Amino acid sequence: MGKTVPLTIDGKDVEAASGQTILEVAREQGIYIPTLCHYSRTTNVGACRVCVVEVEKAKSLVASCCMPVSPGMIIKTDSPRVKAARKLIVELLWASGDHNCLNCEQNGACELQNLIYWLEIEKPRFPIEHPGYDIEKTNTMIQRDLNKCILCGRCIRACNEIQVNEILDFSQRGSRAKVGPAFDTDYIDSDCYFCGECADACPVGAITFKQARFAGRPWEVKKVKTTCTYCGVGCQMDLNVHDNRIVKVTGNRAYEQPNEGSLCIKGRFGLDFISHPDRLTTPLIRKKKGGELVPATWDEAYGFISQRLFAIKKKTGPDSIAGLSSARCTNEENYLFQKFMRAVIGTNHVDHCARL
Amino acid sequence: MTNSIEEIEFTDVILATGTNTTENHPVISSRIKRAVRQRGAKLIVIDPREIDLVKYATLWLRQKPGTDVAVLNGMMNVIIEEGIYAKEYVENRTEGFEALKKVVEKYTPEYVEKISGVPVEDLKKAARLYAGAEKASLLYAMGMTQHITGTDNVKSCANLAMLCGKVGIEGGGVNPLRGQNNVQGACDMGALPNVFPAYQSVISDEARVKFEKAWGATLSAKPGKTVVEIAEAAHRGEIKAIYVMGENPLLSDPDITHVEAAFKHLDLLVVQDIFLTETARLADVVLPSACFAEKDGTFTNTERRVQRIRKAVPAPGQAKADWQIISDLSTKMGYPMSYASAEEIMKEIALVTPSYAGITYERIEKEGLQWPCPNTGHPGTRFLHKDRFSRGRGLFHAIEYIPPAELPDRDYPMILSTGRVLYHYHTGTMTRLAKGTMERCPESLVEIHPLDAERLGIQSGQIVKVTSRRGTLQAKAKVTTRSDAGMIFMNFHFHEAAVNLLTNPALDPIGKIPEYKVCAVRVEAA
Repeated sequence: MGKTVPLTIDGKDVEAASGQTILEVAREQGIYIPTLCHYSRTTNVGACRVCVVEVEKAKSLVASCCMPVSPGMIIKTDSPRVKAARKLIVELLWASGDHNCLNCEQNGACELQNLIYWLEIEKPRFPIEHPGYDIEKTNTMIQRDLNKCILCGRCIRACNEIQVNEILDFSQRGSRAKVGPAFDTDYIDSDCYFCGECADACPVGAITFKQARFAGRPWEVKKVKTTCTYCGVGCQMDLNVHDNRIVKVTGNRAYEQPNEGSLCIKGRFGLDFISHPDRLTTPLIRKKKGGELVPATWDEAYGFISQRLFAIKKKTGPDSIAGLSSARCTNEENYLFQKFMRAVIGTNHVDHCARL
Repeated sequence: MTNSIEEIEFTDVILATGTNTTENHPVISSRIKRAVRQRGAKLIVIDPREIDLVKYATLWLRQKPGTDVAVLNGMMNVIIEEGIYAKEYVENRTEGFEALKKVVEKYTPEYVEKISGVPVEDLKKAARLYAGAEKASLLYAMGMTQHITGTDNVKSCANLAMLCGKVGIEGGGVNPLRGQNNVQGACDMGALPNVFPAYQSVISDEARVKFEKAWGATLSAKPGKTVVEIAEAAHRGEIKAIYVMGENPLLSDPDITHVEAAFKHLDLLVVQDIFLTETARLADVVLPSACFAEKDGTFTNTERRVQRIRKAVPAPGQAKADWQIISDLSTKMGYPMSYASAEEIMKEIALVTPSYAGITYERIEKEGLQWPCPNTGHPGTRFLHKDRFSRGRGLFHAIEYIPPAELPDRDYPMILSTGRVLYHYHTGTMTRLAKGTMERCPESLVEIHPLDAERLGIQSGQIVKVTSRRGTLQAKAKVTTRSDAGMIFMNFHFHEAAVNLLTNPALDPIGKIPEYKVCAVRVEAA
């Protein structure tokens, strides 16, 4: 462990670890400092300035997310100067975009909305300027509404520093600055892999999941933690359920291993099959070879199978029966399947497609 | 994996061979890319295709398909020749070094270049980089295993890692990246013809007696047949009935014409699935099952981590969880299974599966546990073989290079290799129903090198005909340098261009894995 750094924060004397930022120390101490552009496990950029604090003898307010602690620092996180600055910044953010919550998908889960409410801002002192961008609707997965973008850069860091897909970046400057793929193309025309990390990272309604549009408000949606059904990584994810339907899939960085909240296109956007009309809903039996498969009850199906299996076992022995289990099914099901083949049928002809 | 996914990010050198990680395990690929971009790790890619990972690599060795043993032996040749192997580790923790040394002696970089096409200097650099690292993680996937020498390839990876002392350490290991969500768990649970749960052999009297007691049944001591052998036996009429749970062998098996004929021979085919798959269409009975979002249970991921799935939505119609279906059928057949929940089954698993003995739903509620987890106080195991291998000393296998079963000739002058793409999964039954993934990748494409394309008069987007000794298909061409000249690549997600009509069912003699990565084909403009 490095040396500790003595400092005072909101009148409290604390020992911080060397190299910590003011924000990290404050959070450890249970002191709330609002943030927007800060995104853990990515570079601290100090872009939004809502995390500013007052440091005695510093010339100006400092961004607490970027400022490392130094010995003897006296920090105030809630002084009138800090409060006024925060308010000004948030009002500027509000005024610089089309932050209309009425039909925004993030309504109720928006960090800017929360901050405005927390700061008790009735309305911004500046006129609201609609940036006039077209909403990107050229793909079915991710919707981009740059009118709501606050240029915090979280999506860019998620893309470059977490997924390392290196698709998103800033283009243009000043008030024309915007985020997107190279050459200002739409996602679908870029090399984007549609992992959706940018949408999970977006604190506002600028990047949202298209298929979840109007499918359920954040407070109506129940999140069910589960393991992705695709590859062997076993990503932990939240199925967002509304009215018994999965409306979207989100990552959750609090789940830690193995994926720390990251997902790929298959887990994120590949679950339409669950509610597909082609799903099998009833047992089917082909009573005669060459006949059609017709719907049957479970009892009929079980009766048919057990009668045939018994007959085959009696005539040609248990080793004339084989079972293929599945790398797609659960441990519990694989366990039962091989137990069934071995203990009930009496054969070791049981395998699955691990090899394919 | 001997080691954990997290460790990949914090190692010094990553050797990725036969894994197109960004497409098949995207989230693991982010770890590799972060290790390279943010932590200064060095990446060595050994792959015949110019996969995305190559962009992040310090070294890329483009070997001819199926020459992996030669390349790995060549690296070991350099490492032994230059005396940069882990002498103490080899001395104290392994056996069989002299035999290995003798075999790899002839695999000089010059000889290996002749076989594999990998330039002498690149091979030497890769060998030095891997051997010289304090920590190095070796990653592989189906690019190593889907060969007639699949087992040899994997053993060669293990040889290299042990030679350099990279097994049994944090950030090291020999790490297979498994392709299916629960392929690890299916193996752990004994869904294999020769073993009970936790790899307890069916020919071991002790294991059999244990399971006979636990299950109250008489068990067979005769090892069973593998998937491909089962299809063969069905074709010969030796197997009369097959019960398939959640698999689609009619699209995933090699040489599917043969498999279809075999399945049509059966007296009884039962298929339990979520869709009427190609296989289900042939069935006598089809049973509707619940999908992963409609039931409780556990999957075991590629790093041996046992994790929960949870019921989020109801199953459609009368569909039931697979475990309920098996329980019901078993009860109907006079062997009562009366589990009230998936959790109850896990309790039974823990009793008979030593590596899962400490795993309970309560313990894995927040975060999964990695087996071996022998008791309920055990924290799980991040990496295997620390201080000692399971068998005591790590055993080197001296392995000679064997060429693929089918190489190009005058009639079939090109190599076909198969695999997945990012946007789809296995036989496509799930991803092909998703708007988003279909939008990104709506059809199968034949990856072909510009030199070959020009020679054959083929342009991107044009329909081409691909023919092997076993079948023929048509699909659109994608002209790209990603696959080398003389080689084409196709995925197996699309039944319209079912690439397993073409693939060679030649098997690895031990792993019984078909050689999906190499077969000979002829390509022509359609």
